[in-house]
Amino acid sequence: MSCQRAQELIHGYVDGELDPENNLEIERHIQECQVCASTYRSQTALRSSLRDKSLYYPASEKLKKRIQSVVRKEAKSERSPRSLGWRWVAVGASLAFMLLIGVMLWRVLPGVSGPSSDELLAQELVSNHVRSLLLSGSHLTDVLSSDQHTVKPWFDGKVDFAPPVKDFASQDFSLYGGRLEYLNNRSVATLIYQHRSHYINLYIWPTEQRGSTEEITFQRQGYNLIHWTSSGMNYWAISDLNNVELHEFARLVQQQ
Amino acid sequence: MQHEKLASFEDAVLPHLDAAHNLARWLTRSDSDADDVVQEAYLRAFKFFGGFHGTDGRSWVLAIVRNTCYTWMQHNRSPQFSAPLDDELENIESEDLDPEELLQQSQDTEIVRRALQELPVEYREVLVLRELEEMSYKEIAGIADLPVGTVMSRLARGRKRLQKALTKHMQAEVLSELPKSTGTNSRLR
Repeated sequence: MSCQRAQELIHGYVDGELDPENNLEIERHIQECQVCASTYRSQTALRSSLRDKSLYYPASEKLKKRIQSVVRKEAKSERSPRSLGWRWVAVGASLAFMLLIGVMLWRVLPGVSGPSSDELLAQELVSNHVRSLLLSGSHLTDVLSSDQHTVKPWFDGKVDFAPPVKDFASQDFSLYGGRLEYLNNRSVATLIYQHRSHYINLYIWPTEQRGSTEEITFQRQGYNLIHWTSSGMNYWAISDLNNVELHEFARLVQQQ
Repeated sequence: MQHEKLASFEDAVLPHLDAAHNLARWLTRSDSDADDVVQEAYLRAFKFFGGFHGTDGRSWVLAIVRNTCYTWMQHNRSPQFSAPLDDELENIESEDLDPEELLQQSQDTEIVRRALQELPVEYREVLVLRELEEMSYKEIAGIADLPVGTVMSRLARGRKRLQKALTKHMQAEVLSELPKSTGTNSRLR
């Protein structure tokens, strides 16, 4: 090994970075060469002088605290906009999930959706009934007639179905007139009957449902409502009449 | 998620603040510059911490500190930084220095400090990483972006320069002390 090569490899030797082969060669060379042996000794001395603790500049406590707080501040500023985003995603996801559950219940459990939609409709009918009476006759009827043969044709061309119209004057439920309404997102034929001083609104529109269903009774704001279907028609009767007499009326309509 | 990031950063990188400051202080040769550089480097390190997947947080952050130092020095003076490497000292004969004499010199850490500080930054950084931080050639190569072989030759040249500078300072000190009999003598004991 030449001295020129050894002069560089000595550093690798001092630093313990040589492979075993070069390590062995350097050790041999140092034993034989005074110059390189001297270099080796001075390097060892230099090393120990450089490893003096006072040459090391550790960070001050002040700097450590400052950097820690600067980094934490940075973490917070990175966090706030991003986690806000995540929060909205979470809100959106839970709303979507609730909606999904709602749709599933709606589909799977007709019992849940049925009454609630009927109840909404009942509320709408009560409002309509009250409004029709508030307008004190002028808007209670579009066609004022106790003659079923006048009222029934009146609906021709106004609705796409022919509501059954019959006067029950002999049973003290006299036909008073007819009216066109827009309810439940469709045109609805409305018949008005009078029983003593009480008015009955009978709402009629077609349904997909075949056959007849049992009467369902509701009470809203002091009004009685009876709902049934028969021969492809929805019927809703509403009045301030007592429940018994309104049922009597409903039976008359069903028996016509 | 940010909480996790902060926690693992404080775990993997924050403990190496001393090493970071030591390197920055030796490269910038200024206390206030070193503090500013380290703070900037740590902010940068936190931003890029997502890209750190290793286990050696010290090497990772020291590479960032080194780069920040160089950018800093380029923007803020330091003409010495751009001085080209010269190999005029290649041929220094090692017998110029008596090991015993060197050992005696080395007792005075102020002379060593001054000599190391005056070295060109290319030598200074490998010496600081090797001798003060006790890093392997491979680690130094990673931080200083050098081939491993170059690390060894730079260390060899750097040490030769350092020896020469030490001799110079030693002689100057001895000469300046001749007329007086006290002063820094006690430090040389």
